[in-house]
Parts: sequence; structure tokens; C-alpha cells
Amino acid sequence: MVEPLLELRSLRKRFGGLTVTDDVSLDLSAGEIHALIGPNGAGKTTLIHQISGTLAPDSGQVIFAGKDVTHLPMARRARAGLARSFQITSIIPAFTVLANAALAVQARSGSSFRFFRPAAGEATLNDEAMAALTEVGLHARAHVQAAALSHGEKRQLELAIALAMKPRLLLLDEPLAGTGAEEAERLMRILAGLRVRYAILLIEHDMPAVFALADRISVLAQGRIIAHGTPDQIRADPAVRDAYLGDDEMGQA
Amino acid sequence: MRREDAAIALIIFAALAVAPFVGFGQGYSLTMLARGMIFGMAAISLSLLVGGGGLVSLGHAAMMGVGAYAVVALDHSRITEAWIVVPTAIAAAALFAGLTGAIAIRTSGVHFIMITLAFGQMAFFTTSSLALYGGDDGYTLYNRLEVFGSRALEGGLVFHFTCLGLLIGAWALVQALLNSRFGRVLQAARDNETRARAVGFEPYAYRLTAYVIAGAIGGLAGVLLANAAEFVAPAYLAWQRSGDLLFMVILGGLAGPHGALMGALAFVFIEEWLAKLTEHWRLIFGPLLIFCVFFMRGGIAGLLRRG
Repeated sequence: MVEPLLELRSLRKRFGGLTVTDDVSLDLSAGEIHALIGPNGAGKTTLIHQISGTLAPDSGQVIFAGKDVTHLPMARRARAGLARSFQITSIIPAFTVLANAALAVQARSGSSFRFFRPAAGEATLNDEAMAALTEVGLHARAHVQAAALSHGEKRQLELAIALAMKPRLLLLDEPLAGTGAEEAERLMRILAGLRVRYAILLIEHDMPAVFALADRISVLAQGRIIAHGTPDQIRADPAVRDAYLGDDEMGQA
Repeated sequence: MRREDAAIALIIFAALAVAPFVGFGQGYSLTMLARGMIFGMAAISLSLLVGGGGLVSLGHAAMMGVGAYAVVALDHSRITEAWIVVPTAIAAAALFAGLTGAIAIRTSGVHFIMITLAFGQMAFFTTSSLALYGGDDGYTLYNRLEVFGSRALEGGLVFHFTCLGLLIGAWALVQALLNSRFGRVLQAARDNETRARAVGFEPYAYRLTAYVIAGAIGGLAGVLLANAAEFVAPAYLAWQRSGDLLFMVILGGLAGPHGALMGALAFVFIEEWLAKLTEHWRLIFGPLLIFCVFFMRGGIAGLLRRG
């Protein structure tokens, strides 16, 4: 068997008396879309934080590309190829859309301790940034200030920034959050276009989206993984239906 | 950089260049212009931190002070050659910035303000206790710097254009830094530190580098200030002076170095003008500053952009 790209080994995290990550183990191989679902407060974002390096787990390990990155800061993990998007859009509003993406290119292409040449004119940065923007369909808006984008476009930019990092793994925290039906559909098409080329760990509340995209699904409830399998297996799992008791979304999926 | 911003700066530089020939060539006017340009340079360097990096330093006068006291120390040993004094003073200020910044930049927000203030006060009290250099009373220089042994800087016009040349240099440097890869990271970390980290940047090294560069430019401004007055006192490092510098930057608007330049010139000229009108000028100056903070959110640069 091929070595997994990302492997979580018995991660645990407590906030005071509350266990938010309870013995979570999970693996993800290159090219796979792995969805993480669960009711609100299940600890999905906390888990993403521990994978990306925003939060340190109390115990357990995060292995990325064969290396133990449990104690590496977020920036180091990012440079190693771990890109994340945020549930609440995190862009640089004062920069142009292009500069937002170019910043990500810059992080992996040469030193940023360059003091005199105007960065906005660097073709190598701009070309790759533009490629990422094209991938998410935002190239026509490249020279607009990021603050002026619509919410849906900001979600696209969030994704473009992650792609501009040329990552080995994308951690997407609710990429469809807060989008209208039309915007969600556009983002879904973009995500589907990333399949196979990128490994993706996807957190999403939109169940039809999850079941359409994911190769495998893990279900998190109260910090624990209660089920794990293909979309069909998850749909049929009684424990999952229990966790989503009263939630119609599972029925629709 | 917006083209209008550069145009504003160039107009100011042109005005400063012709000022001595259109009625501002007497000793008093030249002194005032020199003060304006020197504080303009210091404010520009501070704007790299406050505007560029979001690092609100309340200890920037100490950078000027270290530069000025380097001039004093060398003057006391009768070393007044500019090609020795200026690099030494810049290096001293950069070193001071590097050592204090290495600690200060580990903090942020109010803590950063307080720790830069504390380092500034430390430098202030240190200079006050330097009995060799006059302690609290300050130190009168033997003479202005010499350039290859020439006393040319004693001449009002030569000094004026030296200040102007260095001011333009400082503006161009800070503007270039802000437009560079380095400046992009610095500004990204200012606006959204988490995003900067998430794409792979550790802001610390970038901020510290900016702090050292700003310190070095501040040190150069200190050298000029010492030579303009041919006198240096601990008051140059007082925290009120740091507050003035910060105010100049905010008054000008955080839009870039041209804003800081306008803020500094406005500050120095209004101060001079009010002081001539009445001896109670502070009673007017204080409320005026408060008025500016309330009604000119984008500073002078903001007014010009809207206009």
C-alpha cells in the first residue's frame, strides 16, 4: 500500500473540561477527496486547526508526507505543501485580487527578502497567480481590490490563494459557507475540477455537495470519529443517522 | 504606489528646493525648513513601521537620539568627518533598533507600544546620565560635520540641499521597500497575520528587518538634527518627541511615506507659526491636533485623495 499523504495518529485536544478532539486517527492519500462531516460543535474546525498548525494537540501526531509535523508552526507546514482555506474568509482586503494570489506564489518562489524591485511587476509571480485565479474563474477580476469582491468571489479567491501555493494537500474549511445557490454551484464545479490533481480534506455542511465530491467520508461527533467509509457506506450507517437525528440533510443526500 | 502619491511628494520636494530663493533664504527660515525636512525624514522612517507594518512605535525618538549622540561622542573625540560619523551613527541606531526590536517585536498591540516606550525612556535616562556629554544640559558641538575636510555644511544653502537630498533618498527608499516583495509581506502581515502565516510567512523576521531599517533612517535624521542645531540634549529622546513623530505620521495619513512627509511639515510649520503668534501657542496647538484626529481620519493624504 502507498504511504498516506496525511496521517493523524490518536489526536487529542481538550479545552478545559471539554474534549474537542478525542482520539482521532485518520489517513488521506494523494489525489483523494476526504470529507469530514458532523453536526455543529463536533470539533471539525478544531481538527483542521491542529492539522494546519494553528492549534497544538495535547497528544497524538500529525504526519504529513512521511514527516512528523506535529510541532511545526503553521508557516512551515504551509511551505511544506499544506494549504488551508478558512471558514471565515481570510484575504488581504487592501491588496488587489492578483496580489493576494501573488503573495502565496511568493512564499514558495525565491526569497522574499528582496527590497528594491517592485513586486507588482514580477512576471513570474503574476503569471502563476493568474493561473490560480483562472482555475477558480476569477481572472477577469484580477486587478480589483479584494475588498470590493462579492462574498462568493471572496470564497473563490480564498481557494485561489490556496491553489497558488501549489499545495500537496488542501484543507478546505467550509468552502461553500455563506454562499447563495448560484455561487455554491459555481464553487462546486471548481472543486470538482480539482479532483485527482489535489488531495483535499473537505469540511462542508452542504450534504449533497459532500456526497457528490468525496471519495471517502469521516463523521465526527463530539470530537470522535463515529463512522468512516465511502459515501454509500456512510449513508447507510445507523450511527450517522443517530448523530444527525432530526437533521433532514442526511435524508436528502 | 499610486501615481498621485508620487506626484504629491515630488511637488513638495520641488517646493522645498525653490523655497530658499523665494523669500525663505534667511537664517530663521532655513532653520525652520531644515527642521521640517529632518522630522519629515524621521516621520517617513516611522511610517514604514506604523503604516507599512502596523507596528505603532512610541520610541522612535530614541533612534534619532542614538544617531545624534553618536555625533556627540565622535565630536567629543574631535572626529567630525561625515564619511566616518554618518555611517557610524547609522550603524549605532540600527544596532539599537536590532537589539530592542528583537524583543519588542515578540509583542503586539498595546504591549508593543509600551515596550518601545520603555526602551525609549531607557535611552533617554542613559543620555541624561552621560556627564561627559553634558548630562541633562546637553552638549554643544564644536562644529558641523566636515565632508572630506571641507566646512561646506556650515553654509545654510549647502545644508539645506543636503537635508533635501537625504530626505528624497529616505522617501524613495521607503517607497521602494513598500512596493517590493519584502513590503508586500510586511503589509500582508499587518492586514491579516493569519493569512500571511497560512501561505508560509513568519512575520517576525520581516518586521524586525523593517524596524532596523526604520531605526537606521531615524539615526540619520538624528545626525542631521544634531548638525542643524549644533547642539544635542536628552530632550531629543524624550517620549514626547516620539509622540510628536507618531502624531506627524497619523496627521499625514497612513497612506504612505508622502503622507508622513506632509504630516511632519505641517506639524513643524504650524508649531512655528503659532509660537510666533502667541506664547500660549500650546493652548491652540493641542485642540488643533485633537480636531485633526476627529475630523481627518485619513490625515492630510486622505483629504487630498478625496479632493
